[in-house]
Amino acid sequence: MAIVKDKVGVVSCSGEDLPEGTISRIATRIVLEKLRPNDTVTICLPLFLAGSEDERAFARVFPTIAIDGCDKRCAEVGTKKYSGKPVATIVVSEIMQKYPYLKAKSRGKLSAKEKELALKVAEEIAAKVDEVLERKKRGDSN
Amino acid sequence: MLKDGRVFVIPCSGIGKALGTVGRAAMYEVVEKLRPNEATTICLPLLTIGDEAVLKLARNNPCISVDGCPFQCARKNIEASKGKLVASFMVTDVLRENKDLKPKAVTELDPKGLKLASILAEKLATQIDEINNNNR
Ligand code: SF4
Ligand code: SF4
Repeated sequence: MAIVKDKVGVVSCSGEDLPEGTISRIATRIVLEKLRPNDTVTICLPLFLAGSEDERAFARVFPTIAIDGCDKRCAEVGTKKYSGKPVATIVVSEIMQKYPYLKAKSRGKLSAKEKELALKVAEEIAAKVDEVLERKKRGDSN
Repeated sequence: MLKDGRVFVIPCSGIGKALGTVGRAAMYEVVEKLRPNEATTICLPLLTIGDEAVLKLARNNPCISVDGCPFQCARKNIEASKGKLVASFMVTDVLRENKDLKPKAVTELDPKGLKLASILAEKLATQIDEINNNNR
């Protein structure tokens, strides 16, 4: 039997219209590729609506963290609506308040400061992933 | 409203695949450089969650979907929202015409991905001109 390691889902809003959406996307990729590659999985958010039941099972299979650019919280709302309630939400605009010297202005290619901001957000996501895995290990349901 | 009266270019922005990033990059090239006064974008997830203001914009203005793979999430989300879909593009079609430009990285596009995005952006700009000419 295949051994399936516990994983945490990270679903980014990837909002196209706001710089914060780009930060949410890049931060999520940093977690998936560099910070917690063995502990995380993702799915394209719009696939919850466009895909099948297989895709919509995502948040029921993996405890999922929604990563949102702004307080519209599209990843949180969309995941809850189509798949399952996220176990946590990280909102880029809220994290930005902690780092007033790091502004998000570009929607496309990020500046050095924006990359720094994306890394800060990624570190918060990674810490949340560890927390969720720790809770899972202890057998907590939430 | 500021965005009304423009063509909406809406990419899927698929995070799991490099071709989702290509569609997103092509959209920025069009709305920020090639056709800044004629085209704009919205956050696709706002359609996914049924945000009233964005639904209205998508229903009242021509929308072009740009998808990274055959799931065609942008197209299906616009259709499900009853948006005014006037054209659909798939990055995979453009890649088929330019087989040597297969991008690898998802986060930051490599030169091949950027070139593929530019080719797609030109196609999108031509489509926007056609839409505007037909509406005159
Ligand atoms: S949460 Fe904000 S930035 Fe993200 S998709 Fe929604 S409106 Fe756009
Ligand atoms: S079409 Fe859907 S599944 Fe395919 S890359 Fe785009 S968002 Fe992801």
